[in-house]
Amino acid sequence: MDWSQSLRLIAPEETLSIAGLVLLLIAAWGGDKASRLISILAVTVLVGAMALVAPALCSSAMGPDTSAFFGQYHADAFSSYAKILIYLSAAATLVIAPAFFERLGAMRAEFPVLVIFAALGMGLMVSATDLITLYIGLEMNSLAAYVLAAFLRTDGRSAEAGLKYFVLGALASGILLFGMSLTYGFTGTTSFSGINAAVAGGLSHGALFGIIFMLAGLAFKISAVPFHMWTPDVYEGAPAPVTMFFASAPKVAALGLTMRVLLDAFGEQAQAWQQIVVFLALASIVVGAVGAIGQKNIKRLMAYSSINNVGFMLVGLAAANQQGAAAMLFYLTIYVAMTLGGFAAILMLKDEDGNTVEEIASLAGLSRTRPGLALGLAIIMFSLAGIPPLFGFWGKFLVFQAAVDAGMMPLAAIGFAASVIGAFYYLKVVKVMYFDEPVDVVKGESDVWHKAILVVSCLFISPLGYLLTKWLSALAATAATALFFAS
Amino acid sequence: MIHVIAFYLFAVMTVASGAITILSRNPVHSVLWLILAFFNAAGLMILVGAEFIAMLLVIVYVGAVAVLFLFVVMMLDIDFAELRAGFVRYFPFGALVAIVLLAEMVLGIGAYRAGSLTLGTPNGTAATPAGASNIEAIGALLYSRYLFLFEAAGIILLVAMIGAIVLTHRQRGGTRGQNVDKQNRRRPEEATFNVKPEVGKGVQL
Repeated sequence: MDWSQSLRLIAPEETLSIAGLVLLLIAAWGGDKASRLISILAVTVLVGAMALVAPALCSSAMGPDTSAFFGQYHADAFSSYAKILIYLSAAATLVIAPAFFERLGAMRAEFPVLVIFAALGMGLMVSATDLITLYIGLEMNSLAAYVLAAFLRTDGRSAEAGLKYFVLGALASGILLFGMSLTYGFTGTTSFSGINAAVAGGLSHGALFGIIFMLAGLAFKISAVPFHMWTPDVYEGAPAPVTMFFASAPKVAALGLTMRVLLDAFGEQAQAWQQIVVFLALASIVVGAVGAIGQKNIKRLMAYSSINNVGFMLVGLAAANQQGAAAMLFYLTIYVAMTLGGFAAILMLKDEDGNTVEEIASLAGLSRTRPGLALGLAIIMFSLAGIPPLFGFWGKFLVFQAAVDAGMMPLAAIGFAASVIGAFYYLKVVKVMYFDEPVDVVKGESDVWHKAILVVSCLFISPLGYLLTKWLSALAATAATALFFAS
Repeated sequence: MIHVIAFYLFAVMTVASGAITILSRNPVHSVLWLILAFFNAAGLMILVGAEFIAMLLVIVYVGAVAVLFLFVVMMLDIDFAELRAGFVRYFPFGALVAIVLLAEMVLGIGAYRAGSLTLGTPNGTAATPAGASNIEAIGALLYSRYLFLFEAAGIILLVAMIGAIVLTHRQRGGTRGQNVDKQNRRRPEEATFNVKPEVGKGVQL
């Protein structure tokens, strides 16, 4: 193996780790006064890292040339696609976070540093082609996330969210590790390509249990039903910018990781895990849709919405082919845009004193008091519901098309039916905003960055987004090809 | 011959100190016996040629875990007599756990007699190269093949440390820290002055 080649391939990771360490030193000497400066530098670094991973995607890099450190890490088009989404979400979080935390007097210089290290861990997750890399990336991301969830340590709900996330996350890591050890024991290797070769002839019971336990651990991380219980509580309790981060970047990373594990490592034994994924997908779609109906807090509503969306993405994975993977990546891109826009809108809902308004009932009549904000939120809700002229529809269309083409008609039919249930609660928010008597709670001024993110994501998911379809689907198809070529 | 003597010495000491760990009334003594058990287990590991695991036992278990136990036992004021008081009440539950463990052991031994599981064969990296001690072998793998992951694991520890500091560190107001610079800048003429009090009067400060 060529060391210089390997070191060149991990350039984004090197950049992020060195930047994280340097920013930590600035934080140590500059204190919390330097947090604005550190946030700006961190965003610059994330944009730089995006520029470093972009060439691999544009040149559709795949195969052995992208393998670093004896196949423990792959810097191919698939990982680049996912990393761009991850770094983008992390940068968006850093852009909107200062305004939120500074008002509470809780902005700390460590916040951007933790986000950088979380992004580093997530980059490792989507590049992982070895069980050890997978676990190390996952833990790096999770440890940073536990701290971020509890970042408002004087707020009881935030501390509770952090603790709950930590305890359940540690349990899920344990289950995942148990599955990994079974897989290693019965296949004799930790590398995905080695596992794929070992299970090609047939799957022993031990390795099957390995897959099941690993899927259970991963389902926790992507908050798929029945491992979703933590999601509403953590999303509600964590500070709003952190919730936005949790709903976007780690979802991309964990879904990318799941795709790698199932398609790279166990691609030869797809029929062994397909039914599990089908169950996870349907359960997530139904529970996400039904559970959201009674919610009164908009952050909890977004939590159920993310469970629901993960279900739709898993429909693409259940197809277990290249078309399904490409559809899933396309959906992920739209999902990230909708999540970032949705949470930017939620952060803009402030009462007179500048406190964040989270009750859906307080949004009544928003269309008359804040027409622009109401329109933005309505566009996002319609897109999440999958109403045709908006881009959210196209993502759902692609995953269902992939499922139908793979001969999974019943799955697609049940998914369609459940997406109608899902539309109900999204439309309920729109109805409250447009047709209820104004309660005039939302009055606070909005930060210019929040507005910018809301406008950009609304433009992306508006019918204008369809202009990008050709270009995006070509990139998603390249990334999916790279995923299948790595094994 | 010396091997056999050493084995029985370590084995008897391990089992005996394990038993005393459970039986001794004073929890601090229990922890000390536990440390002795760890040391003897490390000796057994050396006898089977796993010197790396022996060192891990001493460094990790004796050096960190057992000392942590000792601190916890000494710092928390736990009334162990009270904890033991519910013995009769909890006996059915304890017995249930014991029965489950016994059944598992019987099953396990039965399965072991029936032949071993077909596990995967380790590829080249898992086998110790000839002529190298296992510390050398692990070190060579850790710092070459797995260097990337080793460094990444270091970053995880850093993140954990940052997290602990972020969540617990707070600025305390009203403390008077030492300011070395200010101390050094202070000159004798600012700090002392001469007075010449008249007879019968005190010093006016």
